[in-house]
Amino acid sequence: MMRIGLYGAAWLLLVMAGVLTPPPAAAAAAATGAAYVNIPGGRFISVLPQGDTPASAGPVDVAPFRMRADPVSVAEYADFLRRYPEWRRDRVAGTLADKGYLGSWAGPDDPAQPAHTGAGPDALAPVTEVSWYAASAFCAAEDARLPAWIEWEYVAAADATRTDARADPAWRSTILEWYEHRDPTPAAAAASRRPDVYGVRALHGAIWEWVEDFNALFIAGDSRTQGDPDKLAFCGAGALSVVDRENFPVLMRIALLASLRAADTTRHLGFRCARDIRPESP
Amino acid sequence: MIPFRTSRRRCLLQAGGALASGLLLPRVPAAAQPPFAADSVYQVQATLYDARGAVFDWRTQHGHPLLVSMFYSQCEVVCPTIFETIRMSLEALPAGSAQHTRVLMVSFDSARDDPAALRAAARAHACDARWTLAGGRPTEVRRISAALDIPFRRLPGGGFNHATAILLLDAEGRIVARSAQLGRPDPALSNALLTLDPPAPPPGGDQR
Repeated sequence: MMRIGLYGAAWLLLVMAGVLTPPPAAAAAAATGAAYVNIPGGRFISVLPQGDTPASAGPVDVAPFRMRADPVSVAEYADFLRRYPEWRRDRVAGTLADKGYLGSWAGPDDPAQPAHTGAGPDALAPVTEVSWYAASAFCAAEDARLPAWIEWEYVAAADATRTDARADPAWRSTILEWYEHRDPTPAAAAASRRPDVYGVRALHGAIWEWVEDFNALFIAGDSRTQGDPDKLAFCGAGALSVVDRENFPVLMRIALLASLRAADTTRHLGFRCARDIRPESP
Repeated sequence: MIPFRTSRRRCLLQAGGALASGLLLPRVPAAAQPPFAADSVYQVQATLYDARGAVFDWRTQHGHPLLVSMFYSQCEVVCPTIFETIRMSLEALPAGSAQHTRVLMVSFDSARDDPAALRAAARAHACDARWTLAGGRPTEVRRISAALDIPFRRLPGGGFNHATAILLLDAEGRIVARSAQLGRPDPALSNALLTLDPPAPPPGGDQR
């Protein structure tokens, strides 16, 4: 209890010093009603090498966590802007979001204005044209965070019945088909929205998604830069190479994320949030 | 960040980090309020701790030119060279210049670079009073790396794969120069430093 009191006092001092801002009255921010599902932990081999050298594939233990079942929608993001107007496209600094931020929205805080029929994105569609900073802020507002790349990849390996369907050529082929079509057929779009074995939807096909450690994904185009100690541009054994070159859907995502900077936005890049599972008390 | 198995030390560090953030949940890293310019890196908020364990908002670094980079204390080759390069750059300037310039070094290593490790690193690199060595929770460090565009990745063995860059910020937090040149002063960086923080004019002046 004393420690809680100390923490509370420290927080209050920091707020009064203007270092921290108090939570908005809508601490009901957490009560957005967003559906999170439990993702059990497991051992996983990523396409990005997790072993001791840049090329070795060591398994990683992914701890259990919770993930949004769906990407954050346009309507949810519009609600976020009403509670946090500093993130409106006409108020946010260029350092935090580039000129494309919410570019397709009819208004700075409203995706569609009533007078403009058909203007702006569908309210239920995944929000896109958001920067990493903006996505991070949204997740923080609902007591969450962006998923780590390994978490996203771990969940994305699943299909409707299996937690890891990656070895199945039919699975890869289906996903590649979604990527081939910029505007998927209604049937394909519906298929991509079917829940996987965890209950998570639309990880493939609809949008690219931000991850927390997007700038940890730097990979080399070839093997010549591996293990070159004179390459001072990168410390720590140079850039990565990928372990599994057959998993094109995932490689495309890595290539996109690795090319981005935090303020960048694109028409097909959205996000979903994740939450830690608090450890059981002994 | 990746929730690896937690060691007791990590628990303590996270507890310290929780205190550092004031346990402010939900905390929205909102756009900074004026007077930060739209192109200032201080639009990005981050909470760090220094080698004394004092918690601070990195935006309080505004108001003076700042040389900033990232490192980790276990790094054996490149990171010591970053320290050395910054020191050489400052020492090579004409006497009386860079009087207001400070240095901020932010550690990638949230798990191991606690205040004690930062103090040891400061001693090892003979950092004087103008240097601040800092660390933070993984989310804060990631935000700094994003603001400075210094990508990094934690390796399974505990080391880090990271880009190397020394940035010069002006008093308002705009990036004025950026250099990946290590081992000797980068003329572009030195010139930018001289422009931002030139020698003070002699006192009194010529009264004739």
